[in-house]
Amino acid sequence: MNTPLGVLQQSLPYLLQGVWVTLVVVLGSLSLGLLVGLPLAVGQVYGPKPLKRLIGIYVWFFRGIPLLVLLFLFYFGLFPFLHLDLSAFVVAIIVLGSISSAYQSQILRGAILSIPEGQMKAARAIGMSDVQAIRHIILPQAFRLAVPGWSNEYSVLLKDSAVTYALGVAELMARAHHVASRTYQHLVLYLCAGFIFMILTFLGTRALDALHRRVKLRGYS
Amino acid sequence: MTGEAGFIFNELMPSLLRGLWMSLGLIVPSAVLGFFLGVLAGSCRVYGVRALRWSAHVYVALFRGFPLLVQLYIWYFGLPRLGVYLSPYMASVLGFSLCSGAYHSEYIRGALLSIKKGQVQAAQAIGMTRLQTILHVILPQAVRRALPGCGNEIIYLIKYSSLAYMVTCIELTGEGKIIASATFKYTEVFTVVGIIYLALVSVASWGLGKLEDRLALPGFQYHRA
Repeated sequence: MNTPLGVLQQSLPYLLQGVWVTLVVVLGSLSLGLLVGLPLAVGQVYGPKPLKRLIGIYVWFFRGIPLLVLLFLFYFGLFPFLHLDLSAFVVAIIVLGSISSAYQSQILRGAILSIPEGQMKAARAIGMSDVQAIRHIILPQAFRLAVPGWSNEYSVLLKDSAVTYALGVAELMARAHHVASRTYQHLVLYLCAGFIFMILTFLGTRALDALHRRVKLRGYS
Repeated sequence: MTGEAGFIFNELMPSLLRGLWMSLGLIVPSAVLGFFLGVLAGSCRVYGVRALRWSAHVYVALFRGFPLLVQLYIWYFGLPRLGVYLSPYMASVLGFSLCSGAYHSEYIRGALLSIKKGQVQAAQAIGMTRLQTILHVILPQAVRRALPGCGNEIIYLIKYSSLAYMVTCIELTGEGKIIASATFKYTEVFTVVGIIYLALVSVASWGLGKLEDRLALPGFQYHRA
């Protein structure tokens, strides 16, 4: 049946499979972003001046160029140029992850800087090395302070992940478009995709809020 | 000039320049419309009567919740179902303004709530009406406080303007994609496109910083994050 609701009912399982792809892309790039963003943040706060400047350029680059342009540059340009034959799915995670690493490094940097300086001095005074102090005193607190920032980053990444459809990643948006092109029920399908994105945002931020309440530091509100 | 340099200066630059004008033609009206929409929605959410407050709330929740790409597709591919046909340009400007307005309203709302109650009472004590108080006392301060956030939103808008390509409005990214597909010089083309966006974003954030300094009232500065 080619009524709006009939199409929606028939295509819902197909759309929901796309939710998994979307979630894998988002969680993959969030993790990659953290993995890269953490050393960047530590380097930008504690590193020597040339390193700080280099990280500054990295952050400026990935925050200043649109996602779509980076996707095209890496997928059609740089990776084939380097003879790397990567699937659109992998490129999507790498590009989103790199952008996210730039943003996450700034979230973590803010969190590190908001830990009072006395704590570093106190750690040094009881004989900890710089690395030990950062690892055992500063970072465990900074991670907790960064949770609200991550919640924000999650919702931004989730919405940006829709753009990876431009490379042909079969996520939610791409699937809505496939079905729409076949059935001409564009409006209802895109509305449905939009509401699914909203629900995913809501669930994710709720989960991170719960995490925030669990791990937040007393006296730092 | 021949070779790479010839390609970049003779073929690439003219069409990218055309694309750049189109991008600016998308960004500037959307930024202005989005900002005013944000002030309107933000004010409604704080000072509106219940129905107004509620509808502003729904607007913000929907337009912040939907990915911008989905919104653009609704305006461009979805509305024809209802008999409304928008050009790619109009669909893009509409999509950008409405989405941007929802984000602006959050910053405006935060700023409005940060103005002390005493000011409203003081304004009313000297005989101002509610509307006068909002227009002449509250908003001039709130807009200044919201400026850093709203400035960020405009930077985002510059980057998200590239999505207009997805609804076939051929701006900077679109022009780049057309040339790159024809010549297979994806790396060169999108490096140049990326540099142009970097320049746009850098100039915009410098300009917005200057604007903030310019509008700052002595004694009313607050801590800049």
